[in-house]
Amino acid sequence: MFSFPIHIAMHIPDGYLSLPVSLGTGGIAIALIALALNRVQSEYKERTVPLMGVSAAFIFAAQMVNFPIVGGTSGHLLGGTLAGILLGPWAGSLVMSVVFIVQAVMFQDGGLTALGANITNMGLIGTFGGYYLYRSIRSLVGSNNWLGMSVGTAIASWSSVVVAAGLVALFLALSDTVPLSVGLTAMLSWHFMIGIGEAFITLSVTSFIWKTRPELIYSPPSQRSASQRSVNVTINQADE
Amino acid sequence: MNKNRFVIFTGLVLALSVAAFLSPFASKDPDGLDRVSKDLKFEEKAAPELLAKRLIFSQIFDEYSFKSISKENEKLSTALAGVTGALVVFGLAWGIGKLTVKNSAPKE
Repeated sequence: MFSFPIHIAMHIPDGYLSLPVSLGTGGIAIALIALALNRVQSEYKERTVPLMGVSAAFIFAAQMVNFPIVGGTSGHLLGGTLAGILLGPWAGSLVMSVVFIVQAVMFQDGGLTALGANITNMGLIGTFGGYYLYRSIRSLVGSNNWLGMSVGTAIASWSSVVVAAGLVALFLALSDTVPLSVGLTAMLSWHFMIGIGEAFITLSVTSFIWKTRPELIYSPPSQRSASQRSVNVTINQADE
Repeated sequence: MNKNRFVIFTGLVLALSVAAFLSPFASKDPDGLDRVSKDLKFEEKAAPELLAKRLIFSQIFDEYSFKSISKENEKLSTALAGVTGALVVFGLAWGIGKLTVKNSAPKE
């Protein structure tokens, strides 16, 4: 009984990447996770912890929901930029890693040998690249207003998908699976459109949180969060 | 604190709702990479047997569905697999956060 190798599976499967690319990206992923554990330990507060769980659950669920674009192709949320905006790059990276590991190990989505590449592409690019792009744009347009947050979120999440797609093409080329120019053109042309879906979903979520519970965002608007922050500092000092 | 618990609970319910009610209706069209692999004819390079198929979980799940649920109930199967996965990552991410974050000794 032949089953299609990549049916609902959405991430890079086993077989597309060469051993050096698998090992290299695997090394990047392990270093990222180790550094992230370290930074989360030293920099994060207790109140982030439940939000890590909720973000992981939402991103896992949303990644399953492929949305149709044009020409019989679909896309789905990657969520790295969303995780970065909500949790900051370090806790965001941990959450994305958890999602990809569970998808690969439990649900055969994404190859185990491609896990490092999937974590790098869809995690790291969004949680760091997406996050810092969002922060830069937000500080240019307006750190404490909705517009700055929104423009930053939309551009950063769209860009994270396009860059991730480009990186996949690069990995495929380095693995001699498909030549760079051909792979790059094909990957980018679809992901220019898929990125719009990413931006729409990411902006819907961040905008909703911004309007209802802005203090949940990793770098909240400063006026409204000032009192909240000092309360947390006091609580944490009291614990020590 | 109660207010925060409410927010977390609401967020989790939203996430599980996406898994339960939206994932069964996800587009079946190939996604970006999938489509490119077909167009550029390198999909056959995908390993015929995923390594993950050798793990114990593959006896329970066939991708995002339960093996024990018949194909006729595909949507239910996807929904349950989605909810299960979402709860697993919720627990793992929370647990890793709890074990990692400093000052996370219980307050009460």
